[in-house]
This record gives sequence, structure tokens and C-alpha cells, in this order.
Amino acid sequence: MISVERVTKRFGMGESAVVALDDVSVTISENEFFTLLGPSGCGKTTLLRLIAGFELPNKGLILLDGQEIGHLPPYRRPVNTVFQNYALFPHMTVAQNIGFGLEMLGKPAAEIADTVGRMLALVRMEALADRRTDQLSGGQQQRVALARALAPQPKVLLLDEPLSALDLKLRKGMQIELKRLQHETGITFVFVTHDQDEALTMSDRIAVMEAGKILQIGDPKEIYNHPASRFVADFIGDINILKAEMTEVRDHTGTVRLASGAVARAHVPSAALAPGAVSVAIRPEHIHLCGPAEDNRTCTGVITNVIYFGSGTHIHMDLDQGGSLIARTTLGGGAIGERVGVVLPSEHLQVLVD
Amino acid sequence: MDSAGLLDDADRRLADAQRLRARQTNRTRGLLLAPALVIIGVFGLFPLTITLIYSLLEPGAYGGVKWVLSGEAYVQFLFNRDIFDGTLRFSTSYLQIFGRSIGLAFVATIGALILGFPTAYFIATKPPAQRNLWLFIITLPFWTNLLIRTYAMLLIIRDEGLINLSLIGIGIVEKPISILYTDTAVFLGLIYSYLPFMVLPLYASLEKLDFRLVEAAYDLYATRWQVLRRIIIPIAKPGIVAGCILVFIPGLGAFITPELLGGGKKLMIGNLIYLQFGTLRNWPFGSAAALILLTVVMIALLIYIRNAGKAAPGHG
Amino acid sequence: MAEISSTSAVPAPEENVRSALNLRWQPGFNQIAWMCIFFLYAPIAVLIAFSFNDNRSVVVWTDFSFRWYEAAFDNRGIRNATLVSMQVAVVATFFSTIFATMAALATTRTEQYRGQVLAYAIINQPLMIPEIVTAVATLSFFSLIKQVTGLTGIGYLMLAHTVFCIPFAYMPIRARLEDMTLTLEQAATDLYAPPWQVFRRITLPLLVPGVVAGAMLAFVVSLDDVIITLLVAGPGETTLPVYILGQIRRGITPEINAVSTLLLGLSILFVTLFFLYGKRRK
Repeated sequence: MISVERVTKRFGMGESAVVALDDVSVTISENEFFTLLGPSGCGKTTLLRLIAGFELPNKGLILLDGQEIGHLPPYRRPVNTVFQNYALFPHMTVAQNIGFGLEMLGKPAAEIADTVGRMLALVRMEALADRRTDQLSGGQQQRVALARALAPQPKVLLLDEPLSALDLKLRKGMQIELKRLQHETGITFVFVTHDQDEALTMSDRIAVMEAGKILQIGDPKEIYNHPASRFVADFIGDINILKAEMTEVRDHTGTVRLASGAVARAHVPSAALAPGAVSVAIRPEHIHLCGPAEDNRTCTGVITNVIYFGSGTHIHMDLDQGGSLIARTTLGGGAIGERVGVVLPSEHLQVLVD
Repeated sequence: MDSAGLLDDADRRLADAQRLRARQTNRTRGLLLAPALVIIGVFGLFPLTITLIYSLLEPGAYGGVKWVLSGEAYVQFLFNRDIFDGTLRFSTSYLQIFGRSIGLAFVATIGALILGFPTAYFIATKPPAQRNLWLFIITLPFWTNLLIRTYAMLLIIRDEGLINLSLIGIGIVEKPISILYTDTAVFLGLIYSYLPFMVLPLYASLEKLDFRLVEAAYDLYATRWQVLRRIIIPIAKPGIVAGCILVFIPGLGAFITPELLGGGKKLMIGNLIYLQFGTLRNWPFGSAAALILLTVVMIALLIYIRNAGKAAPGHG
Repeated sequence: MAEISSTSAVPAPEENVRSALNLRWQPGFNQIAWMCIFFLYAPIAVLIAFSFNDNRSVVVWTDFSFRWYEAAFDNRGIRNATLVSMQVAVVATFFSTIFATMAALATTRTEQYRGQVLAYAIINQPLMIPEIVTAVATLSFFSLIKQVTGLTGIGYLMLAHTVFCIPFAYMPIRARLEDMTLTLEQAATDLYAPPWQVFRRITLPLLVPGVVAGAMLAFVVSLDDVIITLLVAGPGETTLPVYILGQIRRGITPEINAVSTLLLGLSILFVTLFFLYGKRRK
């Protein structure tokens, strides 16, 4: 229902211009929790602001339900925003803040009061309706900002890193809260964050961005298990990367030869279909260890370090003929210097596009 | 319509929207600025051209001007014209007044600096919670009426004033010391008027002083004097320059202080100009003197701006 | 006295503690600072004290009395002058605050635009030019206008005051505006408020403390002005400071002390309010 087509946004003029978004296209569906994920400066906030209307794109189309909105000011777009620092109006009470959008739309007072009441119930802030907003805690301000943005029943809710100012426990609680709200209201949420755990937890789909471009769009499983590029693989979770030679490709499966001579099969994203020198990647928790002589092993190595971190153990290994891996296991570790066999399951071994 | 065509249309709409927004912003901004700029431009800046014109005319019989072009006002500044035979003789009387003004303003600036620096330092080294209170205490006199403050000083330093009576009462002197109507009185009055102007910029600079630098200096066996000279004062330099300008320029054009405390004998430029528009009825000369004062002030300001620009990198 | 010299070996524990506390101490600075504060307030204090003195002498204290205040209230000259001062100050404050608010809105929180520096310089011009020069120029200009149009009246004085009050009103308003991030106005736009509503419901209410502070400052500055009023005011337009100056020239009377103290009190009141208002908003 939101269609961003070939949008470019530049800041500044001439030589020193910064290209914040470079020919970016994405489609976001109805009733979806969609996340824009990336490091600072990748353009995710700029994209959000373009959808909201605070900036005009230099080129490209922004469509909402088929209607062009790219040139409209924010007050003419049925889209509302939850800001990073909440931006609550300090001279108004909680109830007045929440009702502000409806007031501006010219709704009758009775309807406003009714909706404000429902919103307060939705975010569980009924008791604080008449409190001034500068007397609230961070978490409470958060919820008021949410209620305020939801009250006018927008078609899309934009959230600009709304949880970044909260402490960890509150944050985890709010993540669940936001997911629940999205389900209950059925409104499309577009969520911006740099925290990949947050993105994986909450999203229906994620768009990973870097340097003004979208690198990959997919659901959390796909992004995590089949990262299409080196950047995505590196940015999300821990990853092991090895050099290899790809000898043949059929459908989405490729045969790769590792430095040790061992041959494995790996998943190939459609982009990197040509045989040749490639990088392959695998997540630490997908690596299995076995005896150094067992048949199902892919290659062998020597344990160089064993690090226990509570919920599991990281085992660092140097592979024979080059390369190193870190495996994660819950079973407890081996000993330093021990020779082990390493299993790299083909469904988790991924060829990367650089 | 093909998608390329759709995109082109969209781009055009975007460019239009961009242009429209820019135009609206400029129009609003222009409307908002207009009253202030017009009123100050017409009634604050434009009159200076009138002054320039007047300085090149002849004085009218009862004040005002006669619309006859003449450079006499500027000539009068440096020369006396003999009223009988019209010859010119070089005269220093007006130069003296200018000289005294510059001298007094300069000395007052130094005095304000010597007094103001420790005061600003005192406030800057107080615990942060207290500083606003101290700033308030220092600046409060500035906001009260300058005339009344100068009058209060007059009451104290005159012959029958508190200082003299106390000195006589204690027995240090027998006759009152003439403080009033001397250069010293004007000097004291100038410092009294503009001391807060020196303290505030000094405070702004000193507040930024990181005492860990001082600590490091002491750690390296520096004496108090060296710390002051080599660390504290250089860091306070922008404040020192700003404070000096803020005292010197108003001091140069001071009127009330020399009027009340100089008693008509110790004229400064301000009094001289005022007289021309009052009893002496020589508007052109007054205008000329005013313009010369303005020029000196502008030069001082330009020097400051140039120096401030040089001092800025590294001081932010 | 806790000077660290290069010849000291291990400082005694007591000396150590003292020098840690005395990082900030410089010889004589505290004394000079206190002397300055005393110097600044002593004359004022004396003036206030003797306005309550029961006898004519401005030096010898006899008894506490309000008689000079009563005499001042009875004095027609003083009453007229006060009225004129108030009229001019109110009108000048009103207009200068409005114009300054508009100017502040146009020069703050915007990206750089052409002429911004020039606009800023013009707005602050009255602060950069010595008052006597402004007074003279204004007088010349007004006398010219009077000759040409024949218009007279207190409007000229009010106009002159408005001009130099604008920068004083402008500064606190600009400061307040700079403290307000644009995010709040953006949020309002996001919530369907058109620009004029954003201004009315968000910008203006939040700006009010700055506007009030600016108005107070402008009022005090207008009330206290001497030089410009001295030259520009016509007959019958004597303000209080001009009246006081005239009286001082003629000879010192105790009523002057009373009036001066009142004027002082008014200024102090406004400035204190201004500071408290600013602290409250933090």
C-alpha cells in the first residue's frame, strides 16, 4: 500500500552534497510491521521523513494506496509519526496531546473525548490523562506519543527509533507492546532502528539499508539465514566468512571447494550465479563439531580458544589449510589444542554477494 | 502511461512543490522582518545621512541649519577662525576634548579590566548552582538607571559627600578633597557605569576554563603567577577583548557621566556634541563631531571583529 | 599560602589537602571581587538610605521618614514627568515587542539565507552606535520632518524609543526561540495542523516567556533613557529621568532622592522578575 519508487534525496548543493537516498524502491503491504534497519547515516530516517512529508524527494514517486503523496505537506498525508524524543507538547496535558490530531481534523468534541479515552485504555495510561507531559517518565512519554499518533487512525504509523532512549527492560517490554498494538489496530507500522535484535524480534519484513541503498528485503528468517551480501551478513548477528571456489551452480545450490580442499554444497542467492572465487558464510550456531575422523565432517581444525558466556560457549578454531571459524554450542566446550571435525550443513552455508 | 512518463510527471510536480514552498517561506520571512527593518532603517540608520548633510551646512540663527553648503564645521574642528580678519589658526581645543575622551575611555577600560577580571573569576569559580545568583547581583546595577547611579556616586564623592565627611570625621584630612569635577571623578564614574559590561564577557570565557589544565600546571611545579599568566589569561582572551570593546566604545561616547561628574569643565565628546545642539546652537559642528565619533567607534569595532575572527578558531 | 614549590619533597598531609582545595585560588582575587560588588552597590545603598532621612541634609542622618516621598508625590512636575515616562514606555514596549517577535521568528531556526547577517546587523544597530550620535541624528531628522510636514506631538518621542527598544526586546525572544527545537512544530504538522495553527497552538504559547521577558527589558530600557529623550523630546514631553537631570543641575534636593529611589525600585523589580521568570522556565 506504500510504494516508494526510485526515490533519490540529496542534502546540500554541488560538490559537498550528501546523497542520503540513492534510487531507492520498496513496497510495504497493508497490516504489516515493516522495519528499516541499518547503521547511522544509512538513510533509513531520511526515507521515513520522506514518507511522513518533512522532506521532499529530489526524484521519484511516493504512493499511498495508489495516490501520489510525495509532494504533499505532512498535514495532508494520512500518515502519523512517533518521534525519537517523543516531541510531546509540554504545555498540554496527556489527554490534550492525544486529542490534538483529531482537533486539527475538526472532529466534534464528543468524538474526540471518546477516542482519547479509548487510546488511553489502549496504552494503559488512563490514570494519567490530566498530567502535564513534562512530569512523565520516559516510558510513559513513549506511550503517550504512540497514543497521540494512533488516535487519528492513520493509514500508516511511522516510528523513528522510538525505543532507543529506554533502558533494556523497558525496551523489551515495549517491543512486545508495539507488536501487540500493530496486530490489534491493523495499521501498517514502518519502524526505523539500528538494533538488529529489535528488528528480528518485531518485524514481519526487514529492509536492510546502507549508504543510501536498500541491500536486502525479506522476513527475519530469510535475512538471518540467507543474507544476500557481505554487509547484511556482517550486520545481523555473528557470522563466519570463508574464502572458497565455486565450481558449479544448479538452481540455488552451488558446489564450493574450501581452502582445505573439502567440498561442500551451499545456498546461492540468485544474484551470484557465476562460478568462480566466492565467499561463503555460516552462523556460529549452525556449525556442528564431531570427531576429527568422522565421515560426515566437512573439514578439520584445531581448537584455539573456548569462551563460556552463560547461555552457551564460543569455540574458536583454526582450520587445516587456512581459515578460522567460531562455533557456538550449548553443550560445553572442548579443550584448547584438541583436533575436531567441523560440519558445515549445506542448508546453512550461504554464498555471499560482496 | 508508461512508468517513465509517470516518473517525469512526478518529478515536475516535486520541483513545483519545492519552488512553491521556497517562495512561501521567503514571502513570510519578508513580511515578518519588514516592520523591524523598516522602522530601524528609516528612523535609526537613515537619519545618519541627514546628520552627514547637516554637517556640511551652515548653522541657523536660532539652532537648526541654514541650507547653505559649507565645510566650516570640519574646519572648525582643527582651526580657529579669527572673527575680525577671517584668518585660520590651528587650535587644539577640540582635539584636546577628543584626546581626553579617548584617554579617559582607555584608562577606564584598563581599570574595569583590572577590577573586572578577578570579579569574573570569582563568579566563574563558584559552584555552578550559585553562579546565576552572582551574575544577577553583578548585572542588576547595569539595568538600573544610569543617571541615578551616577547621581548616587556624585552624592558620595562631592565635597560635602560621604567620603569627604568620613575622612574629615576620622581626622585623616582637614579640608575636603576635591574629587568631584575632576578627571578622576569621570574616570571613576565610567568604571562604575560599565563594569558589568566587562565582567559578563570575561565570565563567559572563564566559565569554559577547564581546571584540569590548572591542575596539570601545578603538577608541573608552576607558581600561581605563572598559572595565571600562561594558562588562565590566554584562555580568557576572547572575553578580555570583548569586555574591553564593550567598555571602551560606550565610554568614548559617554554623556551622563561627564555631564554630572565633570561639571562642564571636563568635557568629553558627548558633552561637546550636546552643547552644539543646546546652548551653542551650532548643529553643523555638532553633526560633524558626532560623525567623527561614529567613525572612531566603527574603526574600533572593525579592529575587534578582525581580532575576534582570528581568535575564534580554537575557541569556538 | 599553599604554593607548590619545586623544592618541596613530599608535602605534609595537611598541605596536600589545602592545595587540593586551592586549585582555584588566586591571590587577592576574592578581595577585589568583593570590593567591586561593594563599589557597585554602595552609592545606591547610600542613596536609598538617605531618601528616608528626616532632614534636608543628604549626609547627616537624623530619623526615618517618608516625608520626601510625600513631597515627591505632591510635586506636579514629578507627577507629569512620571505620566509621560509611562505613556512613552508603554507604547514603545508594545510596538517594539511585536516587531522584535516578528523579526526573531524570521531570523532564528532557519537555514542560512541571503541577507541574514545584514538583517541581524540592522536589528542590532541601535546597540552598536553611541547613543549621543543616535540622539543627534534622530533630532536632525525629526526637525526636518517637522519643518516639512508641520506635524508635532509626542509621537516622535515614542517612535525614537521604539527604535532603540527593538534590539532589547529581540534578544530574550531570540534566545527563547533557539531553545525550542523544530521537532515540536514538526509533530504538530504531522498531526494535521496547517501552518497558521502550528504557530497559534504550538509556537506562540511556547514563545510567551521569551516575549514577556523581552517586553520587560524594553520597558526598563525605555524608562531609563536619558540622552535620546533629552534631545528629541519637545516641550511638555519631559520624562522622569530628564526631569531628574534638570533638578540635579539646579541643585540637589531630597525629593530627588525619593524619586530616584522609586525609579530604582521599579527597575530592580522588573529585572528581578525577568531573572526569576527565566529561572522558572529552566
